[in-house]
Formats: sequence, C-alpha cells, structure tokens
Amino acid sequence: MSTYYSEDHEWITVEGDTATIGITQHAADQLGDVVFVEMKEPDDEFEKGDDIGVIESVKAASEIYAPLDGVIVEANEALADNPGALNESPEGDSWIYKIKLSDSSQLEDLMDADGYKALIG
Amino acid sequence: MTDAPKRTPLYDLHVELGGKIVDFAGWEMPVQYPMGIMGEHKHCREKAALFDVSHMGQVILRGENVGEKLEGLCPQAYATLKEGKARYGFFTNAEGGIMDDLIVSNAGDHFFVVVNAALRHQDIPHMKANLDGVEVTEIFDRALVAVQGPKAEDVVGELCPAAREMKFMETIVADIAGVECRISRLGYTGEDGYEISIPEDKAIEVSRAFLAHDDCEPAGLGARDSLRLEAGLCLYGNDIDQSTSPIEASLSWAIQKRRKEEGGFPGAERVQRELAQGAARKLVGIKPEGRAPARTGVEVQCTEGNAIGEITSGVFGPTFGGPVAMGYVSAGHGEPGEKVNLIIRGKPQAAEIVSLPFVQQNYKR
Repeated sequence: MSTYYSEDHEWITVEGDTATIGITQHAADQLGDVVFVEMKEPDDEFEKGDDIGVIESVKAASEIYAPLDGVIVEANEALADNPGALNESPEGDSWIYKIKLSDSSQLEDLMDADGYKALIG
Repeated sequence: MTDAPKRTPLYDLHVELGGKIVDFAGWEMPVQYPMGIMGEHKHCREKAALFDVSHMGQVILRGENVGEKLEGLCPQAYATLKEGKARYGFFTNAEGGIMDDLIVSNAGDHFFVVVNAALRHQDIPHMKANLDGVEVTEIFDRALVAVQGPKAEDVVGELCPAAREMKFMETIVADIAGVECRISRLGYTGEDGYEISIPEDKAIEVSRAFLAHDDCEPAGLGARDSLRLEAGLCLYGNDIDQSTSPIEASLSWAIQKRRKEEGGFPGAERVQRELAQGAARKLVGIKPEGRAPARTGVEVQCTEGNAIGEITSGVFGPTFGGPVAMGYVSAGHGEPGEKVNLIIRGKPQAAEIVSLPFVQQNYKR
C-alpha cells in the first residue's frame, strides 16, 4: 500500500487496482469549517481533472478534481451527515471516495509525501 | 488598483493572534483567526467578539447646516438627526440607485461619517463636490474597531462605565483605558455592541484591553459576513449597488417619512414611484432546504421552472444551523413561504422565501 499526493491537495492510497481518495490536512485547514460535501454516485466514471465533487466551507465552495482516471466504487456517506468530520480526520476516517483505477500508470505523475511536503512548504 | 495592499493600525496584532490575512478592498485584513469562522461567529452571538473595521473610511464634516446639506445626497432625515445620535443611510445616484451605504453621526460641532472601504475614493470626492460650504476631512490617523455581542456592554463597560448607559444608535466621546475614543452603540452583526474610533498609536493597546476580558475573542471578516447575513443586513457590492434602488433592496425602513413624502434627494422620482407602485424586483431572505449553501449568482426559479431572480449573498449560517441567503426576485414573487428552486451546479435545489432576519436582532433599545 502506498500513498500519493496531487497538486490539488488530495491524497491517494493505492492497493492493487483500487484506491482511496481524500483531501490533505493542509487542504482541510485552508478550507476552514466544512459545512457541506457533495459527492458523485458509485459507478460514475471520471477522467483526471474532472470535477468529482464539491466541499463547501462557511464562506466558499471548492471543487474536488479527480487526480486520475477511474470509476467510483463508494462515496463516504458519513460526510453527508457530518461534513465537519472532514476537518477532524481528513487523512483518516474522513476519506471521500473509494475508486477503481482505470490507468495505474497515471500514479507516476503524482507526488510522494516528501514531494507534497515540499509543495506546501 | 496596482497600489500595494494597505495595513490598518492593528495589522501587527492580527498577525500575532494568528489571523489568516487576505486582501480585502485593497487592505490586508484577517479573514479568520485560529478559532475559525464558525467558532468566531458563535462566540460573537453568545459572548463578544472584536473586529477590526479600520479599513472603512472615517470622515469629519464641518460647517453650517451639515445635516440639511447631507439631505441633498441621501434620502435620510439628517437635518433632524439629534446631537449624540447616529443613523444608517446611503448616497443615491440620479437614477435612484445606491452609491454606498454609510453611518452618519451628529457629533455636536461636526458630523462623523463612516463609509465602506472600497468606496472611500468615490464618497469623499462626492461629498467634497456636493456639500457646499462643508469642510470634508478624511481621517487617516484613527483605527475603527467593533466590539459586538451580548457581552459587549461588559467588555467595553468595564473600561468605560459611560458606555453602559448608551442606547442603540447613540454616540459619545469618552476615555477607554485612558485613551479618548469616539464610541457609538451600533454595529453590523445584529448583536448589541459598539464601534469605537481610536487614535492609531493607541489602537493595539485599547484592543488588547478589550481582548483581556474573558468573554472577548478576535473575529475576522469571515464571521462578520455570516453574522450580518443572518441578521438580514445588506452588503454593498453584493446585495446593493449603483443599479439597486433602496425600495428594491427592502431598505424602505431606512428612509424617514418626511423624506419619502418630500423627496429632494438624487433619484427621488424613482424611489417615490416604487414606493407608490411597487418595485420591479425585491430583496428577500431565501432559505435553502438542504445543506448546500447557495452562493452569489445562483439563479432562483419559481416551481414552474422560470427564472425569477438571483442570489446576491449566501453562506452557511453557524447560529441558524443551515445555509442562509438573500437575493432578488421579480415582482409578483417573494412572499414569505413561497417555494422556489435554486439552480446550484446545474441542479434545482428546493428553497423557501423567508422573512428577514434569520436570527433575531438583539439591540439595546
């Protein structure tokens, strides 16, 4: 199991051809208090860069961009009822999607933990 | 607009307190502190919060009959504004649109005016050009802070007992922690509280004295926005602008009876016509039924699917406990209880027209 990071401040943990996607602690801190999460349905297919959901804080809405191609297997429904959990454990229980990867070679474009740390300074 | 962002006299304090600094109307201002918008908002509703509003323009007007002359620019009854009293108002343009909203205080030997940060460059020349025989002086050496919330009277009153005796929309000059300040019992959160004009070199000292009170925490522009929207108060540039008339903006309450009848201000013809016949659109409260906030620019449709208006302000209301919004709907719509749809990211979301405010105002009458 290895974890990758995108420039849009998402983390992607991969096991075989499935992956779990969430937003980083840094992203959660920048957003502030999350009040609403809109997610796509299972079986939705998407390509890298597609808008696959929205996270709303008190003041503003931020899109979730797909870090690679895939198909949604499961959306974290707990976030619909308790969006504030995304501030508590964005890199733990508050993952956003489990997905099936369409092209695992796209992982090579993502950063590792050190690369991401360098990005956010 | 290539000027470097400006800093208020409280900038160093914002940084020290962990404020997240953003550019707002050309000023480096804290949008929030480590407590976060939600926490700061609730703290203001439950106890007291300190806001830096020094980016707003403070102006002194001196001369004969300043109140009467202001009536030539504003639809408010400023000629009869008593000494020691403040009144909300706005400049109107020749078409009856709102140029800016402001607070005017009769300070006895002068009038004290506070205007929006983004419109200082418009309002000061406007007053200089149109207030004959009035000396218009913009103040650059004073900070302006707001202490707001049910505990504001304790926070300010402990340092200045005279502040406890004041009523809503009254203004005095008094010492706070040994510093002479202008204290006005008003604000823009829907809560009781004060706006306090402080000499810039004492601004941090006085602010620290407020923050030393257990019930007072700093709050940023984020909380200020969600507080004013829950309280049903308009934000210039969002809910009101040069094209919106005071009647459309549901600000009829802010125009006194004599002025409605007599007119004599820019755009009076439109305002009087709309008072008599109704306006083509009206600013109303809109409550989305789900959890998704409706932001500025979202289309409002009637249940038959026709566009009837647009959201002008929308946030998640921390005290209300759900999304809250204001927007314009066309004539024939806008009765409280009317069901509408909001087109959020292409999908209709159910919402209802509601009367404002979302959270009851709590002024010291």
